[in-house]
Amino acid sequence: MISFLRSYWRAGALILAAGGILFLALGGYLTPFLRLATGPVIGIQTWFYTNYQALYESVRSPRDMADLRQENLLLQAENSRLQSEVISLQEQLKDADVLYALLNFARSRPNDTYVAASVIGRDPSPFLRYVFINKGSDDGLKRGMPVLTAQGLAGRVDAVISNAARVQLITDPGSAVNVKLTSSATEAMLNGSVTGDIELDMVSQEIELVPGEVVLTSALGGTYPPGILVGQVVSVRRQETDLFQSASVQPAVDFNALSAVLVVTRFVPVDTSPLVPVN
Amino acid sequence: MAVLLAIPIFIGLLMLQTGVVESLQLLHGSADILLLALIAWGVQERVPLVLDWALIAGILALIISPLPFLVPLIGYLAVTWLARMLSRRVWQTPVLAMAVATFAGTLLYHVLVWSSLFISGVRLPIMESINMVILPSAFLNLILALPMYSFVTDLAQSLYPEEAASEPAN
Repeated sequence: MISFLRSYWRAGALILAAGGILFLALGGYLTPFLRLATGPVIGIQTWFYTNYQALYESVRSPRDMADLRQENLLLQAENSRLQSEVISLQEQLKDADVLYALLNFARSRPNDTYVAASVIGRDPSPFLRYVFINKGSDDGLKRGMPVLTAQGLAGRVDAVISNAARVQLITDPGSAVNVKLTSSATEAMLNGSVTGDIELDMVSQEIELVPGEVVLTSALGGTYPPGILVGQVVSVRRQETDLFQSASVQPAVDFNALSAVLVVTRFVPVDTSPLVPVN
Repeated sequence: MAVLLAIPIFIGLLMLQTGVVESLQLLHGSADILLLALIAWGVQERVPLVLDWALIAGILALIISPLPFLVPLIGYLAVTWLARMLSRRVWQTPVLAMAVATFAGTLLYHVLVWSSLFISGVRLPIMESINMVILPSAFLNLILALPMYSFVTDLAQSLYPEEAASEPAN
Protein backbone atom coordinates (compact mmCIF):
# COMPACT_ATOMS: atom_id res chain seq x y z
CA MET A 1 0.00 0.00 0.00
CA ILE A 2 2.72 2.46 0.95
CA SER A 3 4.77 1.57 -2.13
CA PHE A 4 1.62 2.03 -4.26
CA LEU A 5 1.13 5.46 -2.76
CA ARG A 6 4.84 6.32 -3.20
CA SER A 7 4.66 5.36 -6.89
CA TYR A 8 1.40 7.13 -7.81
CA TRP A 9 1.17 10.07 -5.35
CA ARG A 10 2.08 12.52 -8.14
CA ALA A 11 -0.71 11.25 -10.42
CA GLY A 12 -3.12 11.42 -7.55
CA ALA A 13 -2.10 14.99 -6.78
CA LEU A 14 -2.60 16.00 -10.38
CA ILE A 15 -6.02 14.44 -10.49
CA LEU A 16 -6.98 16.20 -7.26
CA ALA A 17 -5.63 19.53 -8.61
CA ALA A 18 -7.49 19.14 -11.93
CA GLY A 19 -10.65 18.23 -10.11
CA GLY A 20 -10.25 21.24 -7.88
CA ILE A 21 -9.68 23.58 -10.82
CA LEU A 22 -12.67 22.08 -12.61
CA PHE A 23 -14.78 22.50 -9.52
CA LEU A 24 -13.66 26.12 -9.18
CA ALA A 25 -14.29 26.77 -12.92
CA LEU A 26 -17.76 25.33 -12.77
CA GLY A 27 -18.39 27.44 -9.77
CA GLY A 28 -17.33 30.54 -11.66
CA TYR A 29 -14.45 31.37 -9.39
CA LEU A 30 -11.90 31.25 -12.22
CA THR A 31 -13.73 33.61 -14.61
CA PRO A 32 -11.58 36.68 -13.93
CA PHE A 33 -8.41 34.65 -14.46
CA LEU A 34 -9.82 33.14 -17.66
CA ARG A 35 -10.69 36.60 -18.92
CA LEU A 36 -7.19 37.82 -18.33
CA ALA A 37 -5.72 34.80 -20.10
CA THR A 38 -8.01 34.57 -23.05
CA GLY A 39 -8.20 38.31 -23.83
CA PRO A 40 -4.86 38.59 -25.57
CA VAL A 41 -5.37 35.30 -27.31
CA ILE A 42 -8.69 36.42 -28.74
CA GLY A 43 -7.21 39.74 -29.79
CA ILE A 44 -4.41 38.08 -31.67
CA GLN A 45 -6.84 35.61 -33.26
CA THR A 46 -9.12 38.45 -34.38
CA TRP A 47 -6.21 40.36 -35.87
CA PHE A 48 -5.10 37.32 -37.80
CA TYR A 49 -8.59 36.53 -39.08
CA THR A 50 -9.46 40.06 -40.11
CA ASN A 51 -6.31 40.60 -42.07
CA TYR A 52 -6.60 37.26 -43.71
CA GLN A 53 -10.14 38.06 -44.79
CA ALA A 54 -9.00 41.40 -46.21
CA LEU A 55 -6.23 39.70 -48.13
CA TYR A 56 -8.64 37.06 -49.33
CA GLU A 57 -11.17 39.66 -50.51
CA SER A 58 -8.53 41.71 -52.28
CA VAL A 59 -7.41 38.67 -54.19
CA ARG A 60 -10.95 37.51 -54.92
CA SER A 61 -12.71 40.90 -55.58
CA PRO A 62 -11.42 41.65 -59.13
CA ARG A 63 -13.27 38.57 -60.32
CA ASP A 64 -16.41 39.67 -58.44
CA MET A 65 -16.10 43.24 -59.73
CA ALA A 66 -15.87 42.02 -63.32
CA ASP A 67 -18.96 39.85 -62.77
CA LEU A 68 -20.78 42.74 -61.19
CA ARG A 69 -19.85 45.11 -64.01
CA GLN A 70 -21.00 42.64 -66.60
CA GLU A 71 -24.23 42.02 -64.76
CA ASN A 72 -24.72 45.79 -64.45
CA LEU A 73 -24.25 46.27 -68.18
CA LEU A 74 -26.71 43.48 -68.93
CA LEU A 75 -29.24 45.00 -66.56
CA GLN A 76 -28.77 48.46 -68.07
CA ALA A 77 -29.28 47.08 -71.59
CA GLU A 78 -32.37 45.21 -70.43
CA ASN A 79 -33.64 48.37 -68.72
CA SER A 80 -33.18 50.39 -71.91
CA ARG A 81 -34.96 47.75 -73.94
CA LEU A 82 -37.85 47.66 -71.49
CA GLN A 83 -38.10 51.45 -71.44
CA SER A 84 -38.26 51.51 -75.26
CA GLU A 85 -40.92 48.82 -75.12
CA VAL A 86 -42.91 50.82 -72.56
CA ILE A 87 -42.77 53.93 -74.76
CA SER A 88 -43.82 51.92 -77.80
CA LEU A 89 -46.70 50.32 -75.90
CA GLN A 90 -47.81 53.71 -74.58
CA GLU A 91 -47.94 55.03 -78.15
CA GLN A 92 -49.92 51.99 -79.23
CA LEU A 93 -52.27 52.55 -76.30
CA LYS A 94 -52.82 56.16 -77.37
CA ASP A 95 -53.55 55.02 -80.94
CA ALA A 96 -55.89 52.34 -79.59
CA ASP A 97 -57.70 54.95 -77.46
CA VAL A 98 -58.21 57.15 -80.52
CA LEU A 99 -59.49 54.23 -82.55
CA TYR A 100 -61.83 53.09 -79.77
CA ALA A 101 -63.22 56.62 -79.58
CA LEU A 102 -63.77 56.65 -83.34
CA LEU A 103 -65.41 53.21 -83.18
CA ASN A 104 -67.75 54.31 -80.39
CA PHE A 105 -68.63 57.43 -82.34
CA ALA A 106 -69.38 55.38 -85.48
CA ARG A 107 -71.55 53.01 -83.46
CA SER A 108 -73.50 55.94 -82.04
CA ARG A 109 -74.51 56.95 -85.58
CA PRO A 110 -75.45 53.65 -87.21
CA ASN A 111 -77.18 55.27 -90.19
CA ASP A 112 -73.93 56.64 -91.60
CA THR A 113 -71.10 54.65 -93.10
CA TYR A 114 -67.53 55.59 -92.36
CA VAL A 115 -64.02 54.98 -93.58
CA ALA A 116 -61.34 55.43 -90.96
CA ALA A 117 -58.10 57.05 -92.08
CA SER A 118 -54.83 58.17 -90.55
CA VAL A 119 -53.47 61.66 -90.96
CA ILE A 120 -50.13 61.38 -92.77
CA GLY A 121 -49.14 64.99 -93.33
CA ARG A 122 -50.06 68.64 -93.42
CA ASP A 123 -50.10 71.17 -96.22
CA PRO A 124 -46.74 72.95 -96.63
CA SER A 125 -48.24 76.44 -96.78
CA PRO A 126 -48.65 78.11 -93.36
CA PHE A 127 -51.62 80.13 -94.69
CA LEU A 128 -53.67 77.00 -95.26
CA ARG A 129 -55.09 74.35 -92.96
CA TYR A 130 -55.17 71.09 -94.90
CA VAL A 131 -54.17 67.60 -93.91
CA PHE A 132 -53.46 64.50 -95.97
CA ILE A 133 -55.03 61.15 -95.12
CA ASN A 134 -54.06 57.68 -96.29
CA LYS A 135 -57.39 56.67 -97.86
CA GLY A 136 -58.59 57.64 -101.33
CA SER A 137 -60.92 56.78 -104.16
CA ASP A 138 -60.03 53.10 -103.90
CA ASP A 139 -61.70 53.18 -100.46
CA GLY A 140 -64.80 54.95 -101.70
CA LEU A 141 -63.82 58.52 -100.87
CA LYS A 142 -65.06 61.37 -103.01
CA ARG A 143 -64.54 65.09 -103.03
CA GLY A 144 -66.82 66.92 -100.62
CA MET A 145 -67.33 64.10 -98.12
CA PRO A 146 -67.41 65.28 -94.51
CA VAL A 147 -64.55 64.31 -92.22
CA LEU A 148 -65.13 63.82 -88.51
CA THR A 149 -63.40 62.68 -85.38
CA ALA A 150 -64.91 61.28 -82.20
CA GLN A 151 -64.97 64.86 -80.83
CA GLY A 152 -66.76 66.45 -83.78
CA LEU A 153 -66.42 67.98 -87.22
CA ALA A 154 -62.91 68.19 -88.67
CA GLY A 155 -63.43 69.25 -92.27
CA ARG A 156 -64.24 67.96 -95.73
CA VAL A 157 -62.43 66.07 -98.46
CA ASP A 158 -60.99 68.57 -100.91
CA ALA A 159 -59.10 66.37 -103.38
CA VAL A 160 -58.77 62.63 -103.87
CA ILE A 161 -56.38 60.25 -105.60
CA SER A 162 -56.50 56.50 -105.55
CA ASN A 163 -54.89 55.95 -102.15
CA ALA A 164 -54.78 59.35 -100.47
CA ALA A 165 -56.89 62.45 -100.03
CA ARG A 166 -56.53 66.05 -98.99
CA VAL A 167 -58.87 67.34 -96.31
CA GLN A 168 -59.71 71.00 -95.79
CA LEU A 169 -60.08 71.60 -92.07
CA ILE A 170 -62.76 73.89 -90.71
CA THR A 171 -59.95 76.14 -89.37
CA ASP A 172 -58.77 76.89 -92.91
CA PRO A 173 -59.28 80.57 -93.88
CA GLY A 174 -61.19 79.45 -96.96
CA SER A 175 -63.53 77.19 -95.03
CA ALA A 176 -67.16 78.14 -94.44
CA VAL A 177 -69.53 75.88 -92.52
CA ASN A 178 -73.25 76.44 -92.12
CA VAL A 179 -74.04 75.94 -88.44
CA LYS A 180 -76.87 76.34 -86.02
CA LEU A 181 -76.88 77.35 -82.37
CA THR A 182 -78.60 74.81 -80.17
CA SER A 183 -80.18 77.14 -77.64
CA SER A 184 -81.55 79.74 -80.00
CA ALA A 185 -82.00 77.44 -83.05
CA THR A 186 -80.37 80.17 -85.15
CA GLU A 187 -78.42 79.64 -88.34
CA ALA A 188 -75.01 81.21 -88.77
CA MET A 189 -71.79 80.88 -90.73
CA LEU A 190 -68.58 79.50 -89.25
CA ASN A 191 -65.35 80.68 -90.88
CA GLY A 192 -61.75 79.71 -90.39
CA SER A 193 -58.92 82.22 -90.16
CA VAL A 194 -55.22 82.57 -90.84
CA THR A 195 -54.47 81.95 -87.16
CA GLY A 196 -56.47 78.72 -87.11
CA ASP A 197 -59.27 80.17 -84.97
CA ILE A 198 -62.87 79.73 -86.04
CA GLU A 199 -65.45 82.49 -85.85
CA LEU A 200 -69.17 82.66 -85.98
CA ASP A 201 -70.34 85.33 -88.37
CA MET A 202 -73.60 86.78 -89.63
CA VAL A 203 -75.50 86.24 -86.39
CA SER A 204 -78.48 88.55 -86.12
CA GLN A 205 -78.27 91.28 -83.47
CA GLU A 206 -81.60 90.13 -82.07
CA ILE A 207 -80.16 86.79 -80.99
CA GLU A 208 -78.79 86.54 -77.47
CA LEU A 209 -75.41 84.84 -77.90
CA VAL A 210 -73.85 83.59 -74.70
CA PRO A 211 -70.48 81.92 -74.07
CA GLY A 212 -70.80 78.18 -73.72
CA GLU A 213 -73.44 77.85 -76.39
CA VAL A 214 -73.03 74.67 -78.41
CA VAL A 215 -72.59 74.97 -82.19
CA LEU A 216 -73.72 72.16 -84.50
CA THR A 217 -73.75 71.75 -88.27
CA SER A 218 -76.97 72.67 -89.99
CA ALA A 219 -78.47 71.18 -93.13
CA LEU A 220 -78.20 74.50 -94.99
CA GLY A 221 -76.12 74.31 -98.15
CA GLY A 222 -76.09 70.51 -98.09
CA THR A 223 -72.35 70.43 -97.43
CA TYR A 224 -72.40 68.60 -94.12
CA PRO A 225 -74.85 66.27 -92.42
CA PRO A 226 -76.82 68.12 -89.75
CA GLY A 227 -76.29 67.80 -86.04
CA ILE A 228 -72.53 67.24 -85.90
CA LEU A 229 -70.80 68.98 -83.03
CA VAL A 230 -68.52 71.79 -84.18
CA GLY A 231 -67.61 73.61 -80.97
CA GLN A 232 -68.67 76.02 -78.27
CA VAL A 233 -68.97 79.78 -78.21
CA VAL A 234 -66.12 81.31 -76.19
CA SER A 235 -66.58 85.07 -76.54
CA VAL A 236 -69.08 87.34 -78.22
CA ARG A 237 -68.39 90.56 -80.13
CA ARG A 238 -71.40 92.77 -80.43
CA GLN A 239 -71.54 96.37 -81.62
CA GLU A 240 -74.87 98.13 -81.75
CA THR A 241 -73.85 99.89 -84.97
CA ASP A 242 -73.14 96.63 -86.81
CA LEU A 243 -75.64 94.61 -88.79
CA PHE A 244 -74.48 91.32 -87.32
CA GLN A 245 -72.69 90.16 -84.23
CA SER A 246 -69.85 87.65 -84.23
CA ALA A 247 -68.32 85.22 -81.79
CA SER A 248 -65.19 83.15 -81.31
CA VAL A 249 -65.76 79.43 -81.18
CA GLN A 250 -63.61 76.84 -79.46
CA PRO A 251 -63.54 73.85 -81.83
CA ALA A 252 -64.48 70.49 -80.38
CA VAL A 253 -61.60 68.84 -82.23
CA ASP A 254 -57.99 69.34 -81.21
CA PHE A 255 -56.45 70.03 -84.62
CA ASN A 256 -52.90 70.05 -83.30
CA ALA A 257 -53.23 66.41 -82.23
CA LEU A 258 -55.19 65.12 -85.22
CA SER A 259 -54.03 61.57 -85.93
CA ALA A 260 -57.06 59.57 -87.09
CA VAL A 261 -60.33 60.64 -88.71
CA LEU A 262 -63.59 59.20 -90.04
CA VAL A 263 -64.80 60.06 -93.51
CA VAL A 264 -68.57 59.89 -93.87
CA THR A 265 -68.98 58.02 -97.12
CA ARG A 266 -72.73 57.60 -97.12
CA PHE A 267 -73.40 61.33 -97.04
CA VAL A 268 -73.29 62.94 -100.47
CA PRO A 269 -73.10 66.75 -100.54
CA VAL A 270 -75.96 68.37 -102.36
CA ASP A 271 -75.01 70.32 -105.49
CA THR A 272 -77.14 73.45 -105.30
CA SER A 273 -75.50 75.23 -108.24
CA PRO A 274 -78.34 74.42 -110.69
CA LEU A 275 -80.71 76.25 -108.34
CA VAL A 276 -78.63 79.41 -108.27
CA PRO A 277 -80.25 81.94 -110.62
CA VAL A 278 -78.06 83.12 -113.46
CA ASN A 279 -78.77 86.66 -114.66
CA MET B 1 -28.62 63.70 -115.95
CA ALA B 2 -27.90 65.43 -112.65
CA VAL B 3 -31.21 67.23 -112.90
CA LEU B 4 -33.03 63.88 -112.65
CA LEU B 5 -31.63 63.57 -109.16
CA ALA B 6 -33.84 66.51 -108.24
CA ILE B 7 -36.92 64.30 -108.37
CA PRO B 8 -36.09 61.91 -105.53
CA ILE B 9 -34.43 64.70 -103.53
CA PHE B 10 -37.43 66.95 -103.69
CA ILE B 11 -39.84 64.09 -103.06
CA GLY B 12 -37.89 63.30 -99.91
CA LEU B 13 -37.85 66.95 -98.88
CA LEU B 14 -41.57 67.22 -99.56
CA MET B 15 -42.29 64.21 -97.37
CA LEU B 16 -40.16 65.72 -94.63
CA GLN B 17 -41.93 69.05 -95.04
CA THR B 18 -45.48 67.68 -94.84
CA GLY B 19 -44.73 65.06 -92.20
CA VAL B 20 -42.33 66.79 -89.82
CA VAL B 21 -41.39 70.40 -90.58
CA GLU B 22 -44.97 71.60 -90.90
CA SER B 23 -45.66 70.53 -87.31
CA LEU B 24 -42.83 72.73 -86.01
CA GLN B 25 -44.47 76.13 -86.00
CA LEU B 26 -43.56 79.52 -84.58
CA LEU B 27 -46.75 81.49 -83.93
CA HIS B 28 -48.46 80.33 -87.14
CA GLY B 29 -45.48 80.36 -89.43
CA SER B 30 -43.45 77.37 -90.54
CA ALA B 31 -40.24 76.71 -92.41
CA ASP B 32 -40.24 75.67 -96.07
CA ILE B 33 -37.35 73.34 -96.73
CA LEU B 34 -38.11 73.05 -100.45
CA LEU B 35 -37.80 76.81 -100.73
CA LEU B 36 -34.58 76.74 -98.76
CA ALA B 37 -33.16 73.97 -100.94
CA LEU B 38 -33.93 75.98 -104.07
CA ILE B 39 -32.41 79.17 -102.62
CA ALA B 40 -29.29 77.25 -101.59
CA TRP B 41 -29.14 75.73 -105.07
CA GLY B 42 -29.55 79.17 -106.62
CA VAL B 43 -26.55 80.67 -104.79
CA GLN B 44 -24.26 77.86 -105.97
CA GLU B 45 -22.20 79.41 -108.75
CA ARG B 46 -20.93 76.05 -110.01
CA VAL B 47 -24.46 74.84 -110.78
CA PRO B 48 -25.64 75.47 -114.36
CA LEU B 49 -29.24 74.19 -114.19
CA VAL B 50 -31.00 76.21 -111.55
CA LEU B 51 -34.45 76.88 -112.96
CA ASP B 52 -34.81 73.23 -114.00
CA TRP B 53 -34.60 72.18 -110.38
CA ALA B 54 -37.07 74.93 -109.45
CA LEU B 55 -39.43 73.62 -112.13
CA ILE B 56 -39.32 70.11 -110.66
CA ALA B 57 -39.87 71.36 -107.11
CA GLY B 58 -42.70 73.61 -108.25
CA ILE B 59 -44.48 70.81 -110.09
CA LEU B 60 -44.20 68.49 -107.09
CA ALA B 61 -45.55 71.21 -104.77
CA LEU B 62 -48.30 71.97 -107.27
CA ILE B 63 -49.48 68.36 -107.18
CA ILE B 64 -50.21 68.41 -103.46
CA SER B 65 -50.92 72.06 -102.74
CA PRO B 66 -54.41 73.60 -102.95
CA LEU B 67 -52.96 77.04 -103.75
CA PRO B 68 -54.51 78.63 -106.84
CA PHE B 69 -53.03 80.07 -110.04
CA LEU B 70 -49.94 77.82 -110.17
CA VAL B 71 -48.50 79.79 -107.24
CA PRO B 72 -46.09 77.11 -105.98
CA LEU B 73 -44.53 76.78 -109.44
CA ILE B 74 -44.32 80.51 -110.13
CA GLY B 75 -43.17 81.22 -106.60
CA TYR B 76 -40.36 78.70 -106.60
CA LEU B 77 -39.15 79.82 -110.03
CA ALA B 78 -39.18 83.45 -108.93
CA VAL B 79 -37.35 82.76 -105.68
CA THR B 80 -34.68 80.66 -107.39
CA TRP B 81 -34.09 83.37 -109.98
CA LEU B 82 -33.92 85.96 -107.18
CA ALA B 83 -31.37 83.86 -105.29
CA ARG B 84 -29.17 83.56 -108.39
CA MET B 85 -29.38 87.31 -109.06
CA LEU B 86 -28.60 88.24 -105.48
CA SER B 87 -25.61 85.90 -105.29
CA ARG B 88 -24.12 87.26 -108.53
CA ARG B 89 -24.81 90.94 -108.44
CA VAL B 90 -25.23 91.99 -104.86
CA TRP B 91 -23.48 89.74 -102.36
CA GLN B 92 -20.29 87.91 -103.30
CA THR B 93 -20.05 86.01 -100.01
CA PRO B 94 -22.11 82.83 -100.47
CA VAL B 95 -23.27 82.47 -96.87
CA LEU B 96 -24.35 86.09 -96.71
CA ALA B 97 -26.04 85.70 -100.08
CA MET B 98 -27.85 82.67 -98.70
CA ALA B 99 -29.12 84.61 -95.69
CA VAL B 100 -30.27 87.61 -97.71
CA ALA B 101 -31.80 85.42 -100.42
CA THR B 102 -33.60 83.37 -97.75
CA PHE B 103 -35.20 86.43 -96.18
CA ALA B 104 -36.06 88.10 -99.48
CA GLY B 105 -37.17 84.84 -101.08
CA THR B 106 -39.43 83.93 -98.16
CA LEU B 107 -41.05 87.35 -98.26
CA LEU B 108 -41.50 87.16 -102.03
CA TYR B 109 -43.00 83.68 -101.92
CA HIS B 110 -45.39 84.40 -99.08
CA VAL B 111 -46.49 87.68 -100.66
CA LEU B 112 -47.30 85.71 -103.83
CA VAL B 113 -49.23 83.12 -101.81
CA TRP B 114 -51.10 85.78 -99.83
CA SER B 115 -51.99 87.69 -103.00
CA SER B 116 -53.28 84.60 -104.77
CA LEU B 117 -55.45 83.63 -101.82
CA PHE B 118 -56.71 87.19 -101.43
CA ILE B 119 -57.65 87.37 -105.12
CA SER B 120 -59.47 84.04 -104.86
CA GLY B 121 -61.62 85.43 -102.06
CA VAL B 122 -60.04 84.04 -98.92
CA ARG B 123 -60.19 86.44 -95.99
CA LEU B 124 -56.62 87.15 -94.85
CA PRO B 125 -56.06 90.27 -92.71
CA ILE B 126 -52.78 91.75 -93.86
CA MET B 127 -51.26 92.71 -90.51
CA GLU B 128 -52.18 89.39 -88.97
CA SER B 129 -50.69 87.58 -91.95
CA ILE B 130 -47.44 89.54 -91.67
CA ASN B 131 -47.11 89.27 -87.90
CA MET B 132 -48.32 85.73 -87.39
CA VAL B 133 -47.26 83.95 -90.58
CA ILE B 134 -44.81 85.72 -92.87
CA LEU B 135 -42.26 87.06 -90.38
CA PRO B 136 -42.18 83.90 -88.21
CA SER B 137 -41.78 81.80 -91.38
CA ALA B 138 -38.89 84.01 -92.51
CA PHE B 139 -37.27 83.62 -89.09
CA LEU B 140 -37.60 79.85 -89.16
CA ASN B 141 -36.22 79.75 -92.69
CA LEU B 142 -33.22 81.82 -91.58
CA ILE B 143 -32.53 79.34 -88.80
CA LEU B 144 -32.55 76.41 -91.22
CA ALA B 145 -30.73 78.29 -94.00
CA LEU B 146 -27.20 77.43 -92.94
CA PRO B 147 -27.71 73.65 -92.51
CA MET B 148 -29.54 73.54 -95.81
CA TYR B 149 -26.77 75.54 -97.48
CA SER B 150 -24.17 73.06 -96.19
CA PHE B 151 -26.19 70.11 -97.45
CA VAL B 152 -26.80 71.63 -100.88
CA THR B 153 -23.17 72.77 -101.22
CA ASP B 154 -22.00 69.19 -100.64
CA LEU B 155 -24.56 67.96 -103.16
CA ALA B 156 -23.46 70.54 -105.72
CA GLN B 157 -19.82 69.62 -105.23
CA SER B 158 -20.55 65.94 -105.76
CA LEU B 159 -22.74 66.54 -108.82
CA TYR B 160 -20.64 69.29 -110.36
CA PRO B 161 -16.99 68.78 -109.41
CA GLU B 162 -14.39 71.50 -109.87
CA GLU B 163 -13.43 70.51 -113.44
CA ALA B 164 -17.04 70.64 -114.55
CA ALA B 165 -17.63 73.94 -112.76
CA SER B 166 -15.72 75.81 -115.36
CA GLU B 167 -18.68 75.44 -117.77
CA PRO B 168 -20.70 78.61 -118.15
CA ALA B 169 -23.74 78.71 -115.94
CA ASN B 170 -27.14 80.09 -117.04
